[in-house]
Amino acid sequence: MNNDSSNILEINDIKVKRAGALLVDIPSLQVERGEILSLIGPNGAGKTTLLLTLCCLPKPTTGEISFRGQKIGSDVSVFEYRRNLAMVFQEPLLFNTTVFKNVASGLTIRGMEKDQIRRIVKESLERFGISHLGERSARTLSGGEAQRTSLARAFAIRPEILFLDEPFAALDPPTREALIEDLQAVLQDTHTTTIFATHDRAEALRLSDRIGVMNDGSILQIGAPEEVMNHPMNEFVANFVGVETILRGKVIRKDEGSFVTMVSDHEIEAVGDVKLGESVVLCIRPENVTLSTASRSETTSARNVFRGRITKITPLGFFQKIQLNCGFSLVAYVTRHSVDELSLGEGKDVNASFKATAIHVVRKREK
Amino acid sequence: MDLILEGIKKAFWLLVTFDPEVFSITLLSLQISGSATLISLFFGISVGTTVALTRFRGRRIAVSLINTGMGLPPVVVGLFVTIFLWRNGPLGFFEMLYTPTAMILAQTVIATPIVMGITLAAMQQLPAKLRLQILALGATRLQMVWILIKEARLPLLAAVMAGFGGVISEVGASIMVGGNIKGYSRVLTTATVMETSRGNFDVAIALGIILLLFAYLINLILTHVQQRERAR
Repeated sequence: MNNDSSNILEINDIKVKRAGALLVDIPSLQVERGEILSLIGPNGAGKTTLLLTLCCLPKPTTGEISFRGQKIGSDVSVFEYRRNLAMVFQEPLLFNTTVFKNVASGLTIRGMEKDQIRRIVKESLERFGISHLGERSARTLSGGEAQRTSLARAFAIRPEILFLDEPFAALDPPTREALIEDLQAVLQDTHTTTIFATHDRAEALRLSDRIGVMNDGSILQIGAPEEVMNHPMNEFVANFVGVETILRGKVIRKDEGSFVTMVSDHEIEAVGDVKLGESVVLCIRPENVTLSTASRSETTSARNVFRGRITKITPLGFFQKIQLNCGFSLVAYVTRHSVDELSLGEGKDVNASFKATAIHVVRKREK
Repeated sequence: MDLILEGIKKAFWLLVTFDPEVFSITLLSLQISGSATLISLFFGISVGTTVALTRFRGRRIAVSLINTGMGLPPVVVGLFVTIFLWRNGPLGFFEMLYTPTAMILAQTVIATPIVMGITLAAMQQLPAKLRLQILALGATRLQMVWILIKEARLPLLAAVMAGFGGVISEVGASIMVGGNIKGYSRVLTTATVMETSRGNFDVAIALGIILLLFAYLINLILTHVQQRERAR
């Protein structure tokens, strides 16, 4: 059954056309076993259509999808393929019955024995902290509880691939936060291959190993979150993913309130509540980065001062966007006036500094 | 006023003594209308579901035809069923006219569009993505349809009740194709018509009360189930 390559899903030149319009056009895409791939993009970018197509709901108009190296529709039937998947939509789409029976539904469909169903459902309810709701009617649940039930239902069938279509979009921020945290833990625990559509880049950054940016039915850029965020390939991607510098590292020291992260051999100090040894993502907005040409000894209240070389200067209206290489890449915005005053130019070495409090910290799921 | 009071008194007596004729008429009514409802459920739910879940050319016309069918006048149904079953008619060789079977046939024709129309509306009210969700849970097409029917169970129960209520109270078609033959094809409604025309108001009122009781019972069950579902 198993293919040599570690790809669980391979997409070859799929197109989805409806009423003459080309909705999705993906020349090639590979999804590795156990990875979490986020698809981000604005509403109408084709994220949902792509997700549904990957579930063969329905099959693409043209092109091929292979699951574990087997072509769907010829080597393996659509039905057999679907039995390895689970999907969670933005709306919980629960059945009008108890929470327990909802979570059991995928297993009942598979004709599993009652004892086994009870055991798995119990476990799945526990994972999402809703054991106490088992006998409640799904109609009486709050938004967060309903989405937990929907996730528990999806995980109960132990899917090989989990598809999430904006599952948190309809939830209020505290509920969303709690649910993302729990989902993160479950994903870490189960290593389920996940394809996650969202328009929230913070969610994507937090959960994913790779991010794909979609627009008009195509994936414009795909890669590691830092790669896509720091080196957007065009203006659309840049606008969509935002302009921050994204750095990934491990927490090596921690003090009261603040901590130090090792990022490609550089120590960066930030503020937040993290665990020692944990992976974190640091986001630094370009307007919070200050440049100076003075020697290192000059005092500044900023804890993080790095020597770097200017690799590129792009004019942006009132600002100039300065890309730096400090051993890691960093983007700064400076006024035109400052550029002239400091006589900045490509290839010049400068000191870049930013405050520990100016860093937005995202706690990362362990791989 | 005396006429009514006397009628109600006698009717009450007929009911509490389980008058054999009233009893057998009631039983036959239940059998005929019950059978017709069951058959109409089969056709109504299957066709209604199919039309709700599929897209095909002429679907709009089909939907409007079904909706029109919900208000089919029983007399018209009676007329056409009679013509079909007439000795020289297309189905004359069955020799079914003036039999309970003919009545079941006519009542099925009346109840089917009612069940079909309510099923169609009920299925279309379910969220469009629910089908995708069910398939994504690994269901076969048949399992999907079954789950959707279960999801629409409340409005479908209303369909059953509306279908049954429609045919048990219907008189035109039953009298035309059944003939109101004593002890053979006489049902509550046809007997009420006949007894009233004869001036036997006591029997007519007794039969009327039974019909009203059925109407009440149907609504009682429906309300009970709906309220229970809501309270959960």
